Amino acid sequence: MPMISLNVNGRRHTLDLDPQTPLLYVLSDDLELKGPKFGCGMAQCGSCTVIADGKAIRSCSTPVGTVANAQITTLEGLGTPEKPHPIQQAFIEEQAAQCGFCLSGVVLTAKAYLDQNPKANETQIRQAMSGVLCRCFTHTRMVRAIMKYAQGRNA
Amino acid sequence: MNPLNLTPDASEALDREGFSRRHFLKGSGALIVGFSITSVAGRIGLETALAAQGAPAAAQPNPGQLDSWLAIGADGIVTAYTGKCELGQGLTTVQMQLVAEELSVPMQRVRLIQCDTSITPNQGTTSGAQSHQANFNKAGLAQAGATARQALLRLGSERLGVPAAQLIARDGAISVSGDASRRVTYAELVGGRTFQMLIDASAPRKHPKEWTVMGQPVARVDIPSLVTAQAEFVHNVRVPGMLHGRPVRPPAVGATLQGVDESSIAGMPGVVKVVTQKNYVGVVAEKPWQAIQAAARLKVSWSAGTGLPNNAQYYDYMRKQPSRDTLVVDSGDVDAKLKSAAEVVRATYMYPFQMHGSIGSSCAVADVQNDKTTVWAASQNVYALRGSTATLLGVAPDTVRVVFTRGSGCYGINGADAATFDAALMSKVVGKPVRVQLSRKDEMAWENYGLAFVVDQQVGLDAQGNIIAWDYEGWSASRGGRPGARPGNVASGFHMGFEPAPFQPLRPAPAPTEFVGDNNTAPSYVAGRVGDKQGGAGTVASERVLSHRIEAPFFNGPLRAPEQLQNTFAHESFMDEIAARVKADPVAYRLKHLSDPRLIDVVRSAAKTSAWETRPSPKPGNRRTGVASGHGFACVARDGGNGWVAMSADVDVNQDNGQVVVRRLTIAADAGPISNPNGIRNQLEGAALHGISRSLAEEVTWDDQKVTSFDWQTYRTLTLGSVMPAMQIVLMDRPDAAATGAGETSITAVAAAIGNAIFDATGVRLRQVPFTPERVKAALAARRT
Repeated sequence: MPMISLNVNGRRHTLDLDPQTPLLYVLSDDLELKGPKFGCGMAQCGSCTVIADGKAIRSCSTPVGTVANAQITTLEGLGTPEKPHPIQQAFIEEQAAQCGFCLSGVVLTAKAYLDQNPKANETQIRQAMSGVLCRCFTHTRMVRAIMKYAQGRNA
Repeated sequence: MNPLNLTPDASEALDREGFSRRHFLKGSGALIVGFSITSVAGRIGLETALAAQGAPAAAQPNPGQLDSWLAIGADGIVTAYTGKCELGQGLTTVQMQLVAEELSVPMQRVRLIQCDTSITPNQGTTSGAQSHQANFNKAGLAQAGATARQALLRLGSERLGVPAAQLIARDGAISVSGDASRRVTYAELVGGRTFQMLIDASAPRKHPKEWTVMGQPVARVDIPSLVTAQAEFVHNVRVPGMLHGRPVRPPAVGATLQGVDESSIAGMPGVVKVVTQKNYVGVVAEKPWQAIQAAARLKVSWSAGTGLPNNAQYYDYMRKQPSRDTLVVDSGDVDAKLKSAAEVVRATYMYPFQMHGSIGSSCAVADVQNDKTTVWAASQNVYALRGSTATLLGVAPDTVRVVFTRGSGCYGINGADAATFDAALMSKVVGKPVRVQLSRKDEMAWENYGLAFVVDQQVGLDAQGNIIAWDYEGWSASRGGRPGARPGNVASGFHMGFEPAPFQPLRPAPAPTEFVGDNNTAPSYVAGRVGDKQGGAGTVASERVLSHRIEAPFFNGPLRAPEQLQNTFAHESFMDEIAARVKADPVAYRLKHLSDPRLIDVVRSAAKTSAWETRPSPKPGNRRTGVASGHGFACVARDGGNGWVAMSADVDVNQDNGQVVVRRLTIAADAGPISNPNGIRNQLEGAALHGISRSLAEEVTWDDQKVTSFDWQTYRTLTLGSVMPAMQIVLMDRPDAAATGAGETSITAVAAAIGNAIFDATGVRLRQVPFTPERVKAALAARRT
């Protein structure tokens, strides 16, 4: 099998892998990252989301070979409990989580969208979030946290 | 008090596992773990250390002993052991608050260990909005805390030579009231030793008026680690030597295994073993993606399924099946009252099978060895899962240890137990630890669905429009359930050859011996009189409530507000219909028939807060095209009195495309004392929105062989992009009442509140959940002009 080089959270990894392997399994199993999670395997829910070269992608349906040269950021790559990223800080302040399984999809989809559309309004943000699920239905707090982050980054 | 007694072997085991602080205690099965258990290595070390001390790995803590609940380390850290686990609802945080409050220590000094069959007291299932009741009243963790505080005051009295009445417990120390210089810390009194005493049922709890930690909107301790992905889920558990399993479920309900062609995956990388047992097939491989690919390619031949009843006619089918009947109440005069009534109103309500639909498909890790088994599972009941896993493996329960590890939100029995059986069987066969995470399809096509219901309601009205008799007859469908001791109550165990709990028809129903408010089978408006006791929340004295349970074609089990939601939809929609028939305001009409003061209070509070417009439905003057808006109301004494809620909903109905949007929800809730206002609000909000999704979108579907709703395209749910209502929440403050459930209250009222609002907006009554655009459009099209 070919050697594949991956840039994840600022670190370079070289792995011996089938390039068709979905990125999710490489991140969660080979690299033992906890952020991206298997929810559906069909890009329907968002739990496996990572940011690759600034775009939110569904790692469950992305062959690892297609992102070999990308800069990949997972949820743990954004910040830490001691030093959270401002969008993570907004989620902490708004207490915007229940079980927390969906957070990669919610946080990273919102961040990638707002990085590219800093002036987006709430309707546009909701549109951008329309493919992301939270089955605990923390929707109200999550949207509030996203709006807080959006306003903070424009301040 | 015993001194710390750790064998050299145990010390060595702990050192090997790299613990920074640790104190293990022998005696009474108790131990002190002065570190935060967050890693699997830690858990393995714990077991190693226990074994090294000569304590059986599967020792069961005695819940009557204080040491089973609380331990104070030499460093002053308080470790609490609870049998109620974190399911995403903030129970970790509020239980830590409780311990901090009752023991008078800062929360930072509290550690909580939850649901590990070897080290936490057996508190059964974490479900049914029972945890607030179980651990926050005069029992469980709260009473352990109260007992410990009393013990510390006594010990402090001996040490300081001052009567206990003149001492106060504060900040982890006992000090003399008015002379803070005379103090002794808990660590100095008992640090590193056991209490060796029984729980004292008479030890006084702190009254909510004295609270400084409880009652505060303390932020959840786990959110920073969740939002930065540091928290460990069962999905992240990695054990040395672990393999990955992928089950191959049958293609149809009732299909039996005819054969497996293992040559079809010969040579595939990483494949370790094909596991079969009865109608069960699974593939074990070195890596997850290898197992998934091999399972997909494996040639398995199956018989045809046993066939399923017609989906479209299922509610009629339910009425014709053998049933197990329960009579909740029967005043004996209902038929006569109906006959003499000025008017009889009748309606039938239908509620579908729905899914838990956890966003993460279920996962478990099992390590089955010759003489001991360890399971990491997100089960709501690790204690029962120990027994059913032992049955599955054919081993003694005390050789099995089940460690709760947080999972995706479950809302009831999702696939957590089923995935455990998958992992356990595969681990047994390959002799190595096996992790299983189900596919989305296997999660959704085979989980234990919430029950389908069809309910016939009729009431008799007097000439003034008052209800004089209420007659409920309901049919519900169920099969299997929580595993308990039966692995066959869930799909994986069933496929492995274990039988579900047998269905036993019973007709006629035996006469009731007491009024049971569970499941809200009886409406809130009946008196609930059985014998000389009145257990209902209402005034209607002529009452009959008869339910029929039939055997379902699918596995079922509790789904958030189980049965309560289905029944409340039928009751509260019907109450609205009756009010409309007699041209009464639906809130005033409810109040006229209620007797429960706490239900009356939440009804009044929700009406006042929402500025409820008092008038009969439907709303006068609404146009019959375009968007029409209306309001609806519903209320319930959940499970007859485990939480009270009233709700008003404002909705917009698009009469052109049938879409319903909930614009505003006002919720008044009473769960006794407010242990954490942030936590209860998060639950009331989340459950209400969950209720909207279930009311508008969610429904299990099937064809003649199999379930056809098995992913997020075929089983719809509201997304983060959906328009969500503005929510106003009023919390009733009941400092002198007992703690009751909260997490299942708001959801119970949602379907009826929305359905009633749709009626108010359009004059059209929807009696079948979910209110999909197609159903709304069809109902509007049939509307009389």
